[in-house]
Amino acid sequence: MAAQILFFVLATVAIAGALGMLVSRNPVNSALWLILNLFCVAGLYLTLNATFIAVIQVLVYAGAIMVLFLFVIMLLNLAALPDVRRFEWRKGVAYVLSMGLLSMLSFVVASSLGVLPEPQSLQAAADSGTANTLAKSLFVEFALPFEMIGILLLAATIGAVMLSKRKPV
Amino acid sequence: MELAWYWTALIAFVIVQFLLISASVLVYAERKVSGYMQNRPGPNRVGPFGFLQPFADVVKLVFKENIVPVLANPFVHSLAPMLMVVIAMGAGALIPFAHNVVIADMDVSVLVLLALTSISVYGVTLAGWSSNSKYSLLGGLRSSAQMISYELSMGLAVLSVVLIAGSLSLTEIVEDQAGGWGLLGWNIFRNPIGAILFIVTAFAETNRAPFDLPEAEQELVGGYHTEYSGMKFGMFFLAEYVNFFIASFVIVTLFFGGYMLPFESVLLGAFPALVDSLWLTVLQLGTILVKAGFFAFVFIWVRWTLPRFKYTQLMTLGWKYLLPIALANMLLVALGVALLS
Amino acid sequence: MLSDFYPLFVQLAIAAGLSFTLLKAAALIGPNRHNIVKRKAYESGMDPIGSAHERYSVKFYLVAMIFIVFDVEVVFLYPWAVSFKEFLEAGAGPGVMGVVMLFVIVLAIGLLYDIKKGGLEFD
Repeated sequence: MAAQILFFVLATVAIAGALGMLVSRNPVNSALWLILNLFCVAGLYLTLNATFIAVIQVLVYAGAIMVLFLFVIMLLNLAALPDVRRFEWRKGVAYVLSMGLLSMLSFVVASSLGVLPEPQSLQAAADSGTANTLAKSLFVEFALPFEMIGILLLAATIGAVMLSKRKPV
Repeated sequence: MELAWYWTALIAFVIVQFLLISASVLVYAERKVSGYMQNRPGPNRVGPFGFLQPFADVVKLVFKENIVPVLANPFVHSLAPMLMVVIAMGAGALIPFAHNVVIADMDVSVLVLLALTSISVYGVTLAGWSSNSKYSLLGGLRSSAQMISYELSMGLAVLSVVLIAGSLSLTEIVEDQAGGWGLLGWNIFRNPIGAILFIVTAFAETNRAPFDLPEAEQELVGGYHTEYSGMKFGMFFLAEYVNFFIASFVIVTLFFGGYMLPFESVLLGAFPALVDSLWLTVLQLGTILVKAGFFAFVFIWVRWTLPRFKYTQLMTLGWKYLLPIALANMLLVALGVALLS
Repeated sequence: MLSDFYPLFVQLAIAAGLSFTLLKAAALIGPNRHNIVKRKAYESGMDPIGSAHERYSVKFYLVAMIFIVFDVEVVFLYPWAVSFKEFLEAGAGPGVMGVVMLFVIVLAIGLLYDIKKGGLEFD
């Protein structure tokens, strides 16, 4: 029960964070909103008892990637955007309502066709989110894709060095 | 151990107060120790032996004006010091202080600790950015670059401990060190390189000398807290001391047997009455306090002994020496675990 | 389990409450006499020249980028570290060790490249 209440609170705050990121004019404020959103997503993982994934979410996204974002904002000296245009409430409400209608309709269609995934039990979700099960699939089942991730990361390192070199090579 | 939420809240409150008081004791200790190291008495006017000096400092800070620089972002300017304190104190919930005495005991507590460390970078970065001052921004950038550089080696040092213990829970890591003859089960003996790596990176993560580049007075004035005054500055000060106290606890927990008494198995064999008794808990609390106190002293000792690194030296050390050593150590420990099992 | 995390949240909330109270108390008790000179950013006693938010060395970006790469690497290795003993017991130890070795070596090549290209020289 507590987990359900928590889910709705976290989901609301996550959406609010995402909206705040889009709406705010100052890039650093946008980044802060995004961090709030990422924390809420980590909280959502927690409500599924996937503790390992939740902590990794904070560690990688909030702890590493957003630091890079902040660095870039500071390095490029991005000033606050000018108020280009007043936000039009009528259009906004229209967008929200039509998106809601679209999602409801597609839910009805999808459930009548029977293509929606079966909801998993909380236990199954918890089992798939622990470090041990993750290790089994990562290092045994998906060993080749795992090595390819390594190559991808190598490419990212080399790309970063190339981009920040003073003279083109 | 399931506790009602108000008991948890009460214990958490006690721990927070304990951290506050120990921070003031550490401030006093630092000034006294540095005084003796420089052949002067240190604070000796307020209270017996100057013991009330830190409390007088706090009162002074409360009565100071809070100055927000022109064009600074006031919200972020107050958020940054709060963030530093909250993160530093939150980490206190994860430390096992004695057998079954830990506020938050989860199966991934080491990772939570690392996640909290990685978030504390924001405090520094945002403080530097929001102050709208060149010194602050440069100090904040430098400091966050330093913290993320050393975070990697710290993560790898923790990884080598996790390899040995086979668990991400701090309590299980402590229990894992119970084996061996008395002290030899401690991770400092099983993984000495990892221990040294972790201690060095802990100094860098807490921005303590010789890694106190962010507040290198001679070049950056006050670093990221140049533009902070009054209680907001006090928060950074508090966070620094809480941080290195917590870091001492973590060093002890990961590498020096945590709350375990030296030769605990021998002692328990000689006095079976002690097993699961309240006295054992008290003894363990005392043990971890003595051990952590020793490392807190080491933090102070090093600060007043070693000169500060240059920034180039700091980055070179982090990336070209510590990171490769940490990677090699991790593989070495893995081989050791494989051979011994 | 989610419930294991509640005490941590309680502790964080108490710490946040404490720091908020301290800041608020200091703001209420302390004097409040602002003037423009007092609020100017410190620049060795001179009037600040230009904007504080200048553009800084791209090296910081590079450090952050490489940090992300290696952070992701370390994160990938945590599941391995936790269950390495289980792999050994199941007899899958050498294979898994090989997979991890290859992964670490690939990333070590990246670090080596970076050092050789002078990407981590701060001068």
